[in-house]
Amino acid sequence: MRVLFPFFTVIVLVLLAFAGVKMANLHFLFGVIIPYAAITVFIAGFIYRVVGWGRSPVPFRIPTTCGQMESFPWIKQNKLENPSTTLGVIGRMLLEVLFFRSLFRNIKTEFREGPKFSYGSDKWLWMAGLAFHWSFLIILIRHLRFFFLKVPYLIHVTESLDSFLQIGAPLFYITDALILGAVTFLVLRRFLIPQVKYISLAADYFPLFLILTIAATGVLMRYFSKVHIVGVKELAMGLVSFSPAVPEGIGVLFYIHLFLVCVLFAYFPFSKLMHMGGVFLSPTRNLANNNRAVRHINPWNYPVHVHTYEEYEDDFREKMKKAGLPVEKE
Amino acid sequence: MAKGPNKEELSKLDYTLPSTEWMDTPVEFKPGTFCWGAKGKNLQTVEFPNARDWTPVEDDWKLPQEWEGTVLEAMADRLSKYRSFKLFMDICVRCGACADKCHFYIGSGDPKNMPVLRAELMRSVYRKYFTTPGKILGRLAGARELNVDVLKEWWYYFFQCTECRRCSVFCPYGIDQAEITMMGREFLNLLGLNTDWISGPVANCYMKGNHLGLEPHAIMNSIEGMIDDIETITGIRINPSFNRKGAEILFVTPSGDLFADPGTFTAMGYMMLFHELGLDYTWSTYASEGGNFGFFTSNEMAKRLNAKIYAEAKRLGVKYIIGGECGHMWRVLTQYMDTWNGPADFLEVPVSPITGTRFENSKSIKMIHVAEFTADLIKHGKLKLDPSRNDNLKLTYHDSCNVARGMGMMEEPRYIIKNVCNNFYEMPEDTIREKTFCCGSGTGLNASENMELRMRGGLPRANAVKYVHEKHGVNMLANICAIDRATLKASMEYWVPQVSVTGLHELVANALIMTGEKERETNLRGEPLPGKEGN
Ligand code: HEM
Ligand code: SF4
Ligand code: SF4
Repeated sequence: MRVLFPFFTVIVLVLLAFAGVKMANLHFLFGVIIPYAAITVFIAGFIYRVVGWGRSPVPFRIPTTCGQMESFPWIKQNKLENPSTTLGVIGRMLLEVLFFRSLFRNIKTEFREGPKFSYGSDKWLWMAGLAFHWSFLIILIRHLRFFFLKVPYLIHVTESLDSFLQIGAPLFYITDALILGAVTFLVLRRFLIPQVKYISLAADYFPLFLILTIAATGVLMRYFSKVHIVGVKELAMGLVSFSPAVPEGIGVLFYIHLFLVCVLFAYFPFSKLMHMGGVFLSPTRNLANNNRAVRHINPWNYPVHVHTYEEYEDDFREKMKKAGLPVEKE
Repeated sequence: MAKGPNKEELSKLDYTLPSTEWMDTPVEFKPGTFCWGAKGKNLQTVEFPNARDWTPVEDDWKLPQEWEGTVLEAMADRLSKYRSFKLFMDICVRCGACADKCHFYIGSGDPKNMPVLRAELMRSVYRKYFTTPGKILGRLAGARELNVDVLKEWWYYFFQCTECRRCSVFCPYGIDQAEITMMGREFLNLLGLNTDWISGPVANCYMKGNHLGLEPHAIMNSIEGMIDDIETITGIRINPSFNRKGAEILFVTPSGDLFADPGTFTAMGYMMLFHELGLDYTWSTYASEGGNFGFFTSNEMAKRLNAKIYAEAKRLGVKYIIGGECGHMWRVLTQYMDTWNGPADFLEVPVSPITGTRFENSKSIKMIHVAEFTADLIKHGKLKLDPSRNDNLKLTYHDSCNVARGMGMMEEPRYIIKNVCNNFYEMPEDTIREKTFCCGSGTGLNASENMELRMRGGLPRANAVKYVHEKHGVNMLANICAIDRATLKASMEYWVPQVSVTGLHELVANALIMTGEKERETNLRGEPLPGKEGN
């Protein structure tokens, strides 16, 4: 169920787009209305979630310190793993977000008879994760070309870097291969590593299947079953200039691709994909470890009932006097 | 070992997963893996709800009426108060990077001890009541209803997490299971579901100032005994003061150091050092506990206990506070105390009276760690040390979880060790510093009835010690935590009996050449010093 349900959901989504465009001729629905709706849900949902998190305060400053703290001048602080300044925190966060620093630490615990444990470096998840996310980002940037009349320089640079392994025409993009490979790896590890399989939910398979299908339809369009690119550009330009028009003859594969992307966008705010926003807010990573030097304020700090010294002395006064301890009240 | 868990059985680890999904695998209360339930009288002492005696293995936990509502209300409340909790409920991608990082999972093979699944125990309920997909899709979205079985599962597994934060180091979003465990324990405490070994110490700390329940004269007696021992060994009679107004420094350490070996040797170490320096300091019998068992209970309880430290510093009129060797105590002091009970504007920024060093990094909380204090002394050449007195030791060092991952003090203790001991060997890199393994019995799990759990949880640490024992002949495990001194002692006796346990300041005091001391024949333990064995 945890695998089959998301699997068939993706298939149903594909069929839906196919039937809608090919049989019911709902080009305007799939080409204009759904994309607008999806992007609206994405933006509104994303903001809603982030604001939701933001509304809960951070009562305590609880960084997970992963290196030497700020100490004497003669002890070297690890400013990135245990930052005590905002600059250090920014550095730590950049490493996390751009290079998945924590995942890079990953080690694999192995058990042998004895009992004996050994810990081996295990960078596969980190590598696949990076390959997937960076490919995703670069592909996203490349797609922006459809939305500009004159393609910005930055996008050109991205494209030419991405295609430096030029194999035939059309240009072959490295990220296309990477994303397919990386997502396949991520799916496979969910099937093959027993522990990961055991913890996986439908919500873990669904985005992977969805992204895999998006990438596959994209690759199909680009290298195998050509669609009418000029038409796609026209559609995209129409969408961003808020004067949507649906050109003829783009090809159903494109609509399937677009529909799945819309589903991904609309699904995003309600799912674990929100880790994209969440990673920036994580209190164990985005706070400086300067607690002892700068007081952190808890907005809901409230007075509590304590057992005061006076009460304590009342309980033990005679014993204290006998033991020669000073007391406040004789 | 005559009694206790069977070592052979504990050594056979099996990571095969159950054939049923985790939600369909009922929790099984295996003897030796859980603590006794809290006693009514101890809960009453601190005005906790549903105070009554109860037994975890009995079917009826004597829960209050409408307890589900209580838990869900509290959950809604904490979600709105803690961004950490809310975020950690939402953003886990179940990548599994944290799975094999928990000592309890490594030592037990129980999948619900994987940090990610421990979190899912709570998350599944969160989804059911607080998220739209969970409400609509239920099980398919990983959601489930809160019922007695789920509650018992929570109790069993949230008291199998030592809040050590090792998982959080490896998680790409820093998801910290310790935060979730803390919330879980808060909810359980609203129903009177603490353990005996936590609620007893909490009541003691509250009424008597320390977790052992030592009354004022008993604290003094215990310290008198140590002073006698110090005199026997060094010929020097030292004279500490208690509850003394006008002292420059208040000294607070875990009360475990006053009670049992090898903690007492560490306490002797502090006193010898302070005596040699002529430090103007006082003990307090009211704030006689550095550790904070409230921290294993609820945020509010932790604050209630912690309040004594500043209150006592204020009453006595000291300038600042020095804290002894303890693990979670230092996470509490670093990350919570000032926020709860500060600002300590009646104190001054700590300045070492011997070296003049100003502890800028503690300028707000006005409390420094004794290891910082000592490292600074050594760096300035203020101590006469003879490390050869520790030559019988081959030492390794255990980073306490909380000091490593909730503070980041890693070099100071090592610097001290290298100055007081000639033979020092590090354990493998993946088992020290920020990746250090828990002793296996932190957060109030160091009871005796759950010995199997403790030995399982302690196995990864013990295994790394065993490695350096076999490779370098290591025979002593140093640490800066009172709980470690109690728990590692037990796990070493069980897994690596050739290795003993010591606090850092025991080593310092052994090496310390005191003014006017007689020629020492023995170390603090009464064992002959190296080269004096024949006498
Ligand atoms: C700031 C941006 C982001 C950061 C720092 C980030 C980081 C991560 C990390 C560290 C992982 C765990 C390792 C892995 O499985 O690859 C992960 C997983 C994942 N991320 Fe992201 N991510 C970001 C944005 C996105 C976006 C925009 C998507 C797209 C739709 C996405 C989709 C996923 C998916 C599907 C997984 C789970 C992979 C699996 O199931 O194994 N992420 N992310
Ligand atoms: S490492 Fe973090 S994101 Fe991955 S499963 Fe564990 S808690 Fe979840
Ligand atoms: S905090 Fe420590 S004990 Fe708790 S789940 Fe994480 S690794 Fe395990």
